[in-house]
Amino acid sequence: MTSGPDAWMVRAEGVHKSFGRLEVLKGIDLAVRPGAVLCLIGPSGSGKSTFLRCINHLEKIDRGRLWVDGELVGYRQVGDKLYELNDRQVCATRAQIGMVFQRFNLFPHLKVVDNVTIGPRQVKGEDQVSATERAHRLLARVGLEDKISAYPNQLSGGQQQRVAIARALAMEPKLMLFDEPTSALDPELVGDVLDVMRGLADDGMTMIVVTHEMGFAREVADTVVFMDAGVVVEAGEPARVLNHPQHERTKAFLSKVL
Amino acid sequence: MSTVPENEPDLGLAGPVFGDGSVAGSTDGSTGPTPTATPPDEPIRAVPVRHPGRWVSAALLLVLVAMLGHTLIFSRVNRGGHLESRFQWNVVGQYFFSQPVLRGLLVTLELTAIAMAAGITLGIVLAVMRLSPNPLLSGASWVYIWFFRGTPVLVQLLFWFNLSYLYPQLTLGVPFGPAFVHLDANSIITPFFAAALGLSLNEGAYMAEIVRAGIISVDEGQTEAAQSIGLSRLKTLRLVVLPQAMRLIIPPTGNEVISMLKTSSLASVVVVTELLYSVQLIYARTYQTIPLLIVASLWYLAVTSVLMVGQFFIERRYSKGAARPRTPRLVERLGQSLLHLRPQHPPDDGDPPDAIATMPREWR
Repeated sequence: MTSGPDAWMVRAEGVHKSFGRLEVLKGIDLAVRPGAVLCLIGPSGSGKSTFLRCINHLEKIDRGRLWVDGELVGYRQVGDKLYELNDRQVCATRAQIGMVFQRFNLFPHLKVVDNVTIGPRQVKGEDQVSATERAHRLLARVGLEDKISAYPNQLSGGQQQRVAIARALAMEPKLMLFDEPTSALDPELVGDVLDVMRGLADDGMTMIVVTHEMGFAREVADTVVFMDAGVVVEAGEPARVLNHPQHERTKAFLSKVL
Repeated sequence: MSTVPENEPDLGLAGPVFGDGSVAGSTDGSTGPTPTATPPDEPIRAVPVRHPGRWVSAALLLVLVAMLGHTLIFSRVNRGGHLESRFQWNVVGQYFFSQPVLRGLLVTLELTAIAMAAGITLGIVLAVMRLSPNPLLSGASWVYIWFFRGTPVLVQLLFWFNLSYLYPQLTLGVPFGPAFVHLDANSIITPFFAAALGLSLNEGAYMAEIVRAGIISVDEGQTEAAQSIGLSRLKTLRLVVLPQAMRLIIPPTGNEVISMLKTSSLASVVVVTELLYSVQLIYARTYQTIPLLIVASLWYLAVTSVLMVGQFFIERRYSKGAARPRTPRLVERLGQSLLHLRPQHPPDDGDPPDAIATMPREWR
């Protein structure tokens, strides 16, 4: 590990990403300290989710550099030259980064417990007993110990999302990415998921959260970043960005969502 | 936890409230039932809609079935001066379990099993190749499917059967270099081998498209979720995508198996004594063409029925965690439509969780 002087869990420098001719990210600079919670807010189409997906290399970046825990994402640098990582190496990187999706994406053909243990067992080669034990612990933590042998579609959306969080945590990641984790939930189910996320943040997990839950951002985030049209417009402490935005664009956005 | 207030504010209104604040039924409260009247708390007992058309068609069908039964079983015909049953069921019975027929049936089953096993394996490989980001693999798969779907399977069988005409000697060695093993094509490519090879290669092309359809039907999010926990491409395919694709793959594959059972009769043209060719050999001698074709057809029907039962159980196995309720069985549907029987409660014979229990909670 080449963490060296930079004590950042995530660092982005001039990250660009285009889909065809559409430039979605136009030079993102960001940094997250270990244990910090960063909330990405902004209108849809602003590039928040794309940026999140770049961090665990679900999307390849076109320009700039992206480091997680001091290591380049998707590439290896020798001198000035970049070498693309192969499938196995990319998987090893991803195994250290948990991700929670808007649509949960649980594996519907597997029971809850198998959804949680599939990662540790198949990626880390953990044995069934200890993986199941961990699954029990994690499911208890998200309040779903009794659903261990249910199938995902027997659960409500909020329960599914909490299983998805447990599935990500089972890999013992050093960073968690949340892509609008509550946007697909009934309003009354949002609270449970946010409670679990709040607990994670309290335990010192480094988190990057794309969200529209301004209350959560205000309460839990160390930094709030407002993105629009592929650039970071404004970033800072939640109280400052949310209560006293400096830019017109931020003001306009917040006036609509707050 | 919940953000919904524990107690709804009491509005002091009896009926359901509409947007304008008026209470349902309050406009003509003088006539009709009062809005506060609760409906009787008992199961609805209404006269069901009559379906006279169903009874008429049932009667017509009955007459047709009677006619069919009569001609099949009771009618007799004068052949060469003596009366005998039209379909010569005695001959059918005589040959049904005869040695040559059973041997032919075994060959048919072997051909079907080999061709389907090889075809499915080949199909999965071709489908994965076709979806691969590697343009060479994807292109090769495309060409294969184009060629084998584009030529008649009968021609393919004849081609493999006659391969020794093109290549009397098969050699194994360095391309354009020295050869290590020489083999006589005629001794390797037996009729059975040619038939099995031809049917397998042809089936591979069709199975490839079925498997590909299954794979692309699985939501992209599943692949992303699998990748996000660090599963490799191969494991993602094997543990996450293919098991879910199976639900879509199985019904058409069942179709293919049944189709293959009967397509294997084409092997008779390359002198494989499978079921059809066995009975042909017999009736060429005895001239009892129709009864022996009935023997073969009844065996095809019997095997198809067994395969359909097998498909039912395989489908059930792969429908774990699926939200869609299974289609009711034919008997249940007839009962429901004609006799107005209540839909049966899910039978307790170890069926997977019934439709209600597997529905997403919000739908219940």
